[in-house]
Amino acid sequence: MQFAEPELDELYRELILDHYRHPRNKGTLDNATSKAEGFNPLCGDEINVEVELEGDIIKDVAFSGRGCSISQASGSMMTAAIKGRKVADAIALLGDFKRMMTDPEVEPGEDLGDLEAFQGVAKFPVRVKCATLAWHVLEDGLESKS
Amino acid sequence: MFDVDTLRKDFPILSRQVHGQPLVYLDNAATTQKPRQVIDSLVHYYENYNANIHRGLHKLAEEATEAYEGSRAKVARFIKSPEGARSVIFTRNCTESLNLVANAWGRKFLNAGDEIVLSVLEHHSNLVPWQLIAKEKGAVLKFVDIDGEGRLRVDQLEQLIGPRTKIVSLVHASNVLGINPVRYAAELAHRQGAIMVVDGAQSVPNMPVDVGDLGCDFLAFSGHKMAGPTGIGVLWGKPDILEAMDPFLGGGEMISRVLLEESTWNELPWKYEAGTPNIADGIALGAAVDYLEGIGMENVRAHEKSLAAYAIDRMSALPEVTIYGPKDPEERVGVVAFNYGDIHPHDLSQVLDQRGIAIRAGHHCAQPLMRRLDCVATARASFYVYNTFAEIDKLVEALEGAGRFFDPDAAAAARMS
Ligand SMILES: Cc1ncc(COP(=O)(O)O)c(C=O)c1O
Repeated sequence: MQFAEPELDELYRELILDHYRHPRNKGTLDNATSKAEGFNPLCGDEINVEVELEGDIIKDVAFSGRGCSISQASGSMMTAAIKGRKVADAIALLGDFKRMMTDPEVEPGEDLGDLEAFQGVAKFPVRVKCATLAWHVLEDGLESKS
Repeated sequence: MFDVDTLRKDFPILSRQVHGQPLVYLDNAATTQKPRQVIDSLVHYYENYNANIHRGLHKLAEEATEAYEGSRAKVARFIKSPEGARSVIFTRNCTESLNLVANAWGRKFLNAGDEIVLSVLEHHSNLVPWQLIAKEKGAVLKFVDIDGEGRLRVDQLEQLIGPRTKIVSLVHASNVLGINPVRYAAELAHRQGAIMVVDGAQSVPNMPVDVGDLGCDFLAFSGHKMAGPTGIGVLWGKPDILEAMDPFLGGGEMISRVLLEESTWNELPWKYEAGTPNIADGIALGAAVDYLEGIGMENVRAHEKSLAAYAIDRMSALPEVTIYGPKDPEERVGVVAFNYGDIHPHDLSQVLDQRGIAIRAGHHCAQPLMRRLDCVATARASFYVYNTFAEIDKLVEALEGAGRFFDPDAAAAARMS
């Protein structure tokens, strides 16, 4: 435990903090096939997501932007989770992730793996938007492509 | 001076706990807490003399009208309105007051090519209404910049206010940075025949404001930031200008004689108060004014200044902290906007909340200013009469804790040991 307050430990799981401090896939792509950006007017968080598709495979993905630890860690963990996977799988994961964030009672349909670290965020309603921002941007990017 | 510990007992909410900790409320620039006297005034109205005003010829209507108009007179006295209560229009909030001026004055007197001078540090409520009317009229917006310390650039103010300027509208005390030279701006505006509008949302609650001395034509502020209830705000205006403009909203109360095709307007200030007003909150605003006058606005100002000085002093001692705006507490109200290293203000505020400390994190409804300061957002601690030095100590302690937690090197070091 890092905090005297257990609620904070639940929100800021070690895995989330690790991705916040050492973000994966942060930056831009040379051969992006789609780009999208999103903005959270409440806090000014910005996230850009770039995807390089090869057929229906997400060959590469990167994110950039500025924001709180939850939004940045979410961008990092999202890119790590979908890189190399089929677009359809990424979209299914997106649905499961959003469901986990908005309805914590529902058991995720698929094993969300590391992404389950965000389960604690669902208990902090104002932070849910921070966690889902990167996913919404990904959705926009993939939609504009298809 | 006054005794803060005694005064705190007037505010029921200050004895509550948040996440098991005593509440430390440092988000007063967003809205202040309300003393028992204000809460009682609301309850007393609803329990004893709730009635519509200005219309009924019965006892309750008479009492309600007297209390509502009495409150207007208190507000007029509070800001030393040279022509009394005629100048005091009740609105919903500061935002509505500014929209009233932009619409009523702008619609009647603005023409294509006219210039409206604002600044980069305005709250959205003193920016967006002007954008709307400027677009409608083909008027041009001009923006005064800030200097490296976050002060309004007076040289630019002098430069930008010119013969085409019709309106100058500036925030008196910023909700992020410091106090602006609005009296001088009013002089400059009047020299060019322009009107001067002042956003007093953060000044009227926190320091003595003498509207005649400020020399502006309009002053807008909100009741909820000065110990009063939400839902009631004020637009003070010079009577000759209020007479010259057409009404903002039409309906009952604001008319004199209504025919099918046209109408004539009620006298000031009712010309600008269409429909049944917010009677209860209007009356309670009077109770808030009584409360603040009981303390004395010089004392409110002095207390907040010493809190701000202490907060700036203690926070500046933390190397990671960046404080925005002029460092001299003389130049600001009890507002301290800051950042802590690279930690996002949301994360800071989350950690502080868990310790019962309420601060604001975000863009403070000043997105252009955030871009100008080159940050996404800031944290902000803002003080009111009931805050204490011990609360600032708690804030600083919690900030240090958050810093240790989010700083990767410190966290790694802690794991090693
Ligand atoms: C400087 C300033 N102007 C205007 C406003 C708007 O006040 P309200 O939201 O009560 O209309 C605020 C409050 O946030 C403010 O701080």
